Amino acid sequence: MSTFVYMTRCDGCGHCVDICPSDIMHIDETIRRAKNIEPNFCWECYSCVKACPNHAIDVRGYADFAPMGHSVRVRREEEKGTISWKIKFRNGTTKDFVSPITTKPWGKFIPKLAEGDKPNQGEINSQRLYTEPEGLNIDGELPSVPKETFKKGVYY
Amino acid sequence: MAKHKTHFEDCDVLVVGGGMAGTGAAFEARHWGRDLKIVCVEKANIDRSGAVAQGLYAINCYMGMQWGENQPEDHVRYARNDLMGMVREDLGYDMARHVDSTVHMFDEWGLPMMKNEKTGRYLREGKWQIMIHGESYKPIVAEAAKKSADKIYNRIMITHLLMDEEKENRVGGAVGFNMRTGDFHVFRAKTVIVAAGGASHIFKPRAVGEGMGRTWYAPWSNGSAYALPIAAGAKMTQMENRIVLCRFKDGYGPVGAYFLHLKTYTQNANGENYEKKWYEQTKELVGEYIDHHPTPTCLRNHAFIQETMAGGGPIHMVTTEAFQDPHLETVGWENFLGMTVGQAVVWASQNIDPKYTNPELTTSEPYVMGSHATCSGAWVSGPEDLSPPEYFWGYNRMLTIEGLFGAGDTVGGSAHKFSSGSFTEGRLAAKAAVKYIEDQKANDIKVSDKQCEDFKTAVYKPLENYTVGRNEITGGTVSPSYISPIQGLQRLQRIMDEYVGGIATNYMTNANMLKKGLELLKWLEEDLENVGAEDYHQLMRAWELKHRALTSQCVTEHTMFREETRWPGYYYRGDHMKLDDDNWHCLTVSRRDPKTGKFTLEKVPVYHIVDENEKKKEAS
Ligand SMILES: Cc1cc2nc3c(=O)[nH]c(=O)nc-3n(C[C@H](O)[C@H](O)[C@H](O)COP(=O)(O)OP(=O)(O)OC[C@H]3O[C@@H](n4cnc5c(N)ncnc54)[C@H](O)[C@@H]3O)c2cc1C
Ligand code: SF4
Ligand code: SF4
Repeated sequence: MSTFVYMTRCDGCGHCVDICPSDIMHIDETIRRAKNIEPNFCWECYSCVKACPNHAIDVRGYADFAPMGHSVRVRREEEKGTISWKIKFRNGTTKDFVSPITTKPWGKFIPKLAEGDKPNQGEINSQRLYTEPEGLNIDGELPSVPKETFKKGVYY
Repeated sequence: MAKHKTHFEDCDVLVVGGGMAGTGAAFEARHWGRDLKIVCVEKANIDRSGAVAQGLYAINCYMGMQWGENQPEDHVRYARNDLMGMVREDLGYDMARHVDSTVHMFDEWGLPMMKNEKTGRYLREGKWQIMIHGESYKPIVAEAAKKSADKIYNRIMITHLLMDEEKENRVGGAVGFNMRTGDFHVFRAKTVIVAAGGASHIFKPRAVGEGMGRTWYAPWSNGSAYALPIAAGAKMTQMENRIVLCRFKDGYGPVGAYFLHLKTYTQNANGENYEKKWYEQTKELVGEYIDHHPTPTCLRNHAFIQETMAGGGPIHMVTTEAFQDPHLETVGWENFLGMTVGQAVVWASQNIDPKYTNPELTTSEPYVMGSHATCSGAWVSGPEDLSPPEYFWGYNRMLTIEGLFGAGDTVGGSAHKFSSGSFTEGRLAAKAAVKYIEDQKANDIKVSDKQCEDFKTAVYKPLENYTVGRNEITGGTVSPSYISPIQGLQRLQRIMDEYVGGIATNYMTNANMLKKGLELLKWLEEDLENVGAEDYHQLMRAWELKHRALTSQCVTEHTMFREETRWPGYYYRGDHMKLDDDNWHCLTVSRRDPKTGKFTLEKVPVYHIVDENEKKKEAS
């Protein structure tokens, strides 16, 4: 499948062009609207569909194996923290799904490490990573393996 | 051709690729390097780039040490068993002992983790996987990288690593071009962390038209993680260890949740459990490995492939029972919507409702990567406290080139990392890179303007090939002087498919076929000097192709070198059909000489740092 853009809904804002991981949504110079320039490199990842403010992008299954007359539509609402899907089968039946996309306000709980407490003296030489060992919620240090038990080659 | 502006940027830690591993590296580097210049360069847009563009529905690697669910050694036994013994146990153990702290951070940052109502713990899908509502997984980790890095560049594709001209075998940075502005970018860096993902589209996919876009691994995973170090002369390992996926047909939707959580199972067209039928035949090839628990993935593929060739297909997944339970039905659909929407599209288009129809399965074309269920990639140093002396050369996850680090799909030998393990490996590489700088190992790096100019000429040559070549012909796409990126890609894909064990031969190859493959790949490499690019988007496709072609040469050399069939179900050596532990219970390492382009290969020992569990047979 690949994505396509409805002429009447697209205003050429470029959000889709900005987000596509395959660099295949581009603005058509003559009509000043977006289009998919390389459908055989579209992964159907829906990133453009989710990013489009005007819901101008839709998806039609890959022509070489998807019969026509279906749709899978999505609405991603970052502030509400949810994503809603509507699947329409070729025979017209539909299925709806809603799931959470984040449990906290967007990005608020991701730390700016430059402002966090510095690693202790000499910790750079330890095997610890940031938040460890406390962040593992285990008592004691990071697990390790005594080198004497190393075996070379086939199983024991 | 308009003169291309060159931008110079100096930094301490340069992260190539803003995927799971790259975001982990950029994030962690700031904790250890408070006043270092940290720059991340991403080919697409970090918010949705890489294999996790559309999200994931499970974190496939979580120990659960806090609840005594698994310990790192259990994961080493699991990965070792699944890969028929061939892993770097030191790298696997090291990733496994840290991965829980990564997952706990994701939870803290707001990634919705499903909980087990009774115990309040993370809801297990299987022994290793926990289930998430992961549609926004990538934007969340991208946010973490943005909060740490000094600068994130989007839409810049890195084409070459720069080498230091002061000291032998030391990295000096990287160069690339911006596919929107066309400008050339030179990053002079003290350390470079390559986190550029795996390689899809090197073997011919099953789909022929638009469906080419629906590869299992992302179509933008183009092997830069391998080509960049290979071209610079770094050692690679287990590049023959390609993976073939058993997935839902056409859409390549994931089956993990189906097998493990919904407890669905596979049947042939007559409703039989075909895996038992192939037990004896498999035992002849691999001996007691067939009795290991759980059955190695490649051996389950083997039974599927043999059954299909024997006429038992189409193989399908029995879902009509599990889907009667509304909760499991929702999980079954959401599993795709959160990670492979394409499968939902295929089923909608063909009126397939798993509640009433058992959907078809297929085996994919082969892919090459280091973070999923196989472990092709760069040969790296392990951590000091876990690695055998032979496998520690100063800095965790450093490649055989000083100052060059790797993480995620880039790193070979440590399989079953997945998303959480890749992020964790990025963190490990970042900390080691900062330590490398603090130990004054990165001083007085000299990168001459000439080196940058030579690369610049090479980078834009495809544009010139097109402009000059285009005037020679009246029109159309057939030119005697250049080939387009898609023409070159389809040529590469047929070579790999027909000579190096693709779907054309049901994953079968042998020394003669591989020799022919290498010859054709050599000619392709030469012809790729004449690849033509109409615009900057096609220039990116041209460089994706060059990186894929170099990766493919390395894969073919490795497949030729290992003279046994270690992973039936991933590929077969018709001239060496048996698994041969006496001669080949070892890892393979290669190096390409940057001057001559010649590959040299060697065997290196496998160290089992974790013992068996109870009985020897119980080597699961
Ligand atoms: C279909 C599928 C299903 C999966 N399911 C699961 C699952 O259920 N659970 C789980 O935990 N994991 C899962 N994984 C695995 C997980 O996605 C990978 O392990 C992880 O993404 C690997 O991280 P990485 O950083 O190595 O690669 P990626 O995340 O792919 O990142 C590579 C990055 O490098 C960039 N890049 C590439 N080349 C260049 C270049 N030349 N210059 C600059 N940038 C470049 C890419 O744009 C990308 O952003 C799945 C993967 C796939 C494809
Ligand atoms: S995001 Fe939507 S409206 Fe904006 S250019 Fe793309 S298709 Fe058009
Ligand atoms: S679905 Fe994904 S790959 Fe296809 S055009 Fe949209 S963003 Fe690009």
